[in-house]
Amino acid sequence: MHIKYESFVREPLVDGNKDYHQVSEDIISPIERKPGRMWYIGFFFSIILLCFGIFSVSWSVYWGLGTWGVNRTIGWGWDITNFVWWIGIGHAGTLISAILLLFRQGWRTGVNRAAEAMTIFAVMCAGQFPIWHMGRVWDGFWVLPLPNTRGPLWPNFDSPLLWDVFAISTYFTVSLLFWYSGLMPDFALIRDRAKTKLRKRLYGLASFGWTGTAKGWQRMEALALVLAGLSTPLVLSVHTIVSFDFATSVIPGWHTTIFPPYFVAGAVFSGFAMVNTLLVITRKILKLEAYITIGHLEAMNKIIVLTGSIVGVAYLTELFMSWYSQAWGEMEAFKWRIVGPYWWSYWAMMTCNVVSPQLFWIKKLRRNIPFTFVMSIVVNIGMWFERFVIIATSTYRDWIPGSWSYYSPEWPEVGFYLGTFGLFFTLYFLFAKYFPVVAVHEIKFVLKTSGDNYKRGMQPIEEKSAEEFIHEQEHHHAEEHAEMAHH
Amino acid sequence: MAIKKFAVAAYDDEAVLFPAVKKVRKSGYKLHDVYTPFAVHGLDVEMGLKETDLHIAGFIYGICGTSTAVGFISWIFTSDWPIVYGGKPHFALPAWVPITFELTVLFAAVGMTLTFCYLNQVMPGVKKHVFHPRQSDDLFVMAIELNEHTPEAEVIKFLKSTGAKETSVQTAEEGWWYGRWDKPEAYEALNAG
Repeated sequence: MHIKYESFVREPLVDGNKDYHQVSEDIISPIERKPGRMWYIGFFFSIILLCFGIFSVSWSVYWGLGTWGVNRTIGWGWDITNFVWWIGIGHAGTLISAILLLFRQGWRTGVNRAAEAMTIFAVMCAGQFPIWHMGRVWDGFWVLPLPNTRGPLWPNFDSPLLWDVFAISTYFTVSLLFWYSGLMPDFALIRDRAKTKLRKRLYGLASFGWTGTAKGWQRMEALALVLAGLSTPLVLSVHTIVSFDFATSVIPGWHTTIFPPYFVAGAVFSGFAMVNTLLVITRKILKLEAYITIGHLEAMNKIIVLTGSIVGVAYLTELFMSWYSQAWGEMEAFKWRIVGPYWWSYWAMMTCNVVSPQLFWIKKLRRNIPFTFVMSIVVNIGMWFERFVIIATSTYRDWIPGSWSYYSPEWPEVGFYLGTFGLFFTLYFLFAKYFPVVAVHEIKFVLKTSGDNYKRGMQPIEEKSAEEFIHEQEHHHAEEHAEMAHH
Repeated sequence: MAIKKFAVAAYDDEAVLFPAVKKVRKSGYKLHDVYTPFAVHGLDVEMGLKETDLHIAGFIYGICGTSTAVGFISWIFTSDWPIVYGGKPHFALPAWVPITFELTVLFAAVGMTLTFCYLNQVMPGVKKHVFHPRQSDDLFVMAIELNEHTPEAEVIKFLKSTGAKETSVQTAEEGWWYGRWDKPEAYEALNAG
């Protein structure tokens, strides 16, 4: 065995004095206990919101989309704003689980399970909006490539709206597979610990009969690596394609080539903010501070300041390009964004997304938990306004001044949005109660290199001189080679 | 599948497990499997397992997805029902890149996961023998298949000498069967069925 060593410069990923059993105990025991009062209150409110959402959607379907505030010029309104917002939030989960896996970032192990759950729930929320925006939702299957006799015999494969159907359904499926394959060993752990018959039966089913054989783990790692490799371009493609919904049109303010990278950066930005919102609360209530450390939150805040800056550069580039193009329509569209009737949404976006995240350059603030929480909300508000700005302020004044209008939502649109919060948090509360919120087997995997107590155990090795250390290691290797030759 | 007798050893440290696996392989006992609570890197090599070909399967599924998408869309748009959309040619390959990419990923991911489940024999309703309830928690559990040439006592003594914390002899089904995890199995009944 080689020694497991990681530099002291990196802070521990698991705090406190933990061994393998303690890790299982800390993460699994909340599942085996009755949930606290906070959980019941939160769950109850989520269900209420969800019910209100179902009512609002039923109202919209029964009376038609005329109950919404959308009109001739602004056809997308809150609905598609919310769609892009939710789908963007989902991106952080895949970034953490896939891209950080490829980059071998150990800190992903503490947050990937909850972030992936967030991705799946956010995509479920996002998917509602285009579906109910169809109005005649019973014809929703028309987007599927089925042969039929209703006019153009097939859907239009050249259209970004159809690309979206494929992108989002693939994204949802692959994220679910990635998430669930990692959950199997943790379900097996709950199953093997279970004291009650019902728990043993249900987690036995959920674990798919996983027992942790050496070959099984080898295949699991191969699967995770390939799924990560597939998910990485996939997640970038999803928001790229969402941005194509806008960018391939000829509407001033939408018709820009910068949209794909700008949307992807914005998605990651808002997604990490949502991960912070959820985890600051989750780690506190489930007492997982040792696994989701301040170091984890700081790492995510660093990504927030990076992507926030990219988004800021994109906003300025848009402004520059509209001036540089000297196209009258483009210049007017951006002028009205800034000083037109919707000036407040533009400036809300600028303040929340560009100015305030810059505070994260200060290390003290990055490691301050209440500040992180407040910022995570601010960023999500800002990113909602970004999508609103793109959708509303590009369309409310179109090519015919006679049809210029203003738009504010009606209650079913607001209720629909609140309803998706209900859906999201209902699912998240169930997840937090019945699922291991931190990937137990992945924490165990990094425990001996990155656990606090194990790192402290490396102190004597750290104090050795380089020559001494190299000598010992060479000796160790020579022994091993000799033994291999012997075989 | 068959019901067999196993000598089981549980270790509490990877650093003890690795030399133990080496010794078992040298001794000639039949190493059935090693169960660990997480992916222990290098254990597969130590046990002499081959690298998995799962990623090759993934590649093949991906290619199937690519050709399905390109084949299907080009058949529809050039032969089944050609329509001019926005002045684009019927065979508008660049416009099909997104869907082709998505289907490649979808086929590869779904195909690979199903293959993974098939190879590992995992599925809802599947049950397997668990040699030690802590093999998913904090113990590394090694099972050695016993036969008439390997007396229990000898193997157990050997396992203890390799640093095992706990040892036992168990009779178990080596494969999987349909069953409920909250109900213990009578192994004789399994064989009769």
